[in-house]
Amino acid sequence: MTGAQVFITIAVVVAATMLTRFLPYICFPQGRNLPKYVNYLGKVLAPAVFGLLVIYCLRNVNFTGGSFGIPEIIAVAVVIITFVWKRQMLFSMASGTLLYMLLVQTVFR
Amino acid sequence: MQGYEAENSGMPGGRHAAAAASAPGRGRRAALRWAFPLTLPVMAGYVFLGITYGILMVRQGLPAWLPIVTAAVVYTGSMEFLLTSILVSSFNPASAFATAIMVGARHLFYGLSMLGKYSGTGWKKFYLIFTTSDETFAVNYSAEIPDDIDRGWFYFWVSLLDQCYWIAGAALGGFFGSLITFSTKGIDFVMTAMFVTIFMNQWMKDGDGLDGFFAQHVSEFVGIFGSLICLMIFGPDHFIIPTMAVILAALTLLRPKLDRPENENPAGGGSDCITGSDTNPAGGGSDCITGSDTNPAGGGPDCITAKDLAGHDAEQGGGV
Repeated sequence: MTGAQVFITIAVVVAATMLTRFLPYICFPQGRNLPKYVNYLGKVLAPAVFGLLVIYCLRNVNFTGGSFGIPEIIAVAVVIITFVWKRQMLFSMASGTLLYMLLVQTVFR
Repeated sequence: MQGYEAENSGMPGGRHAAAAASAPGRGRRAALRWAFPLTLPVMAGYVFLGITYGILMVRQGLPAWLPIVTAAVVYTGSMEFLLTSILVSSFNPASAFATAIMVGARHLFYGLSMLGKYSGTGWKKFYLIFTTSDETFAVNYSAEIPDDIDRGWFYFWVSLLDQCYWIAGAALGGFFGSLITFSTKGIDFVMTAMFVTIFMNQWMKDGDGLDGFFAQHVSEFVGIFGSLICLMIFGPDHFIIPTMAVILAALTLLRPKLDRPENENPAGGGSDCITGSDTNPAGGGSDCITGSDTNPAGGGPDCITAKDLAGHDAEQGGGV
């Protein structure tokens, strides 16, 4: 790609991304009452989306070969258990991540 | 602006907006102090992912300033990683546009979820929408903001700090990536860990007893199993859009069960709990972690979906 083509490609990507971000706010401007259905979606979508994001992060884990997803399973379990126990987000994330790094760098190389 | 004041007057934030107006500097700093610790996990994830992104861009033979610029203006990690290969393949803006729409489609859900929370934030709203990312959405959506913190400034700081972390990471990777000698393998797990904690936090907000276990967590189950099924059918590169369709369809079909009648009760008088786990229906908001915080009338609906929403409804002016 030439410099101009790189510029155009990035501009197009920015425009498309902005469209996805702004569309809900354009369709439902504030100050007007939301349709009940949209209001309902605004309440129930987020918990489902958090689930989607967790699966999205783990989408490339291979459960049928390699390390069989064992480091991921252990680290996610540690995050959940420590979070239920301490309810300290940073503590859970740090312990899970450090354990995961240790596992993939030493045990499951 | 008049409309925002009216909308806010019934909720805790309204008071604060007024307090913040009289001492804008203090309101801003207080919001920053509240926001910064909540962005630390994002800092860890973004800086290291940003470094990876910067390194990849430079390895593709692109100039070191390019990852910085794209980090600032595209600001969607997954799309930027795709850009590293798109920019070194043949010129095809239509395909780049379509790819960006599909990768960014999940922003539609974030927007729908934040319509209420971001309303009334004035000039900051444009920036808040522009910087919507997976992590910023997750932090801003799930944050419990005290009454004396200005919501708009809190959201603004979270958004700004997160974007700075990402840009800083991309800059470090672009310019100094070749200097990294210790192994950072596995550090990207920090993002997974963050979403797991945010998911668990939401889970426990929605009820942590065994009574009504399924009924209280319908949305969470829909998200997890919808994603898993679509992942198995469509594979890791193409499952997001089908999953969004499944989530939308499932939650629409379940609406008669999930949509609580608290809308008809805007004063917030305790509505009954659908889960049957509430043994003390006269007890107001005691069973509901966030309901009592966010519900100005203090009546605290005890229902699953009511939680974040008492405040949310108030923002909509109760006119739903």
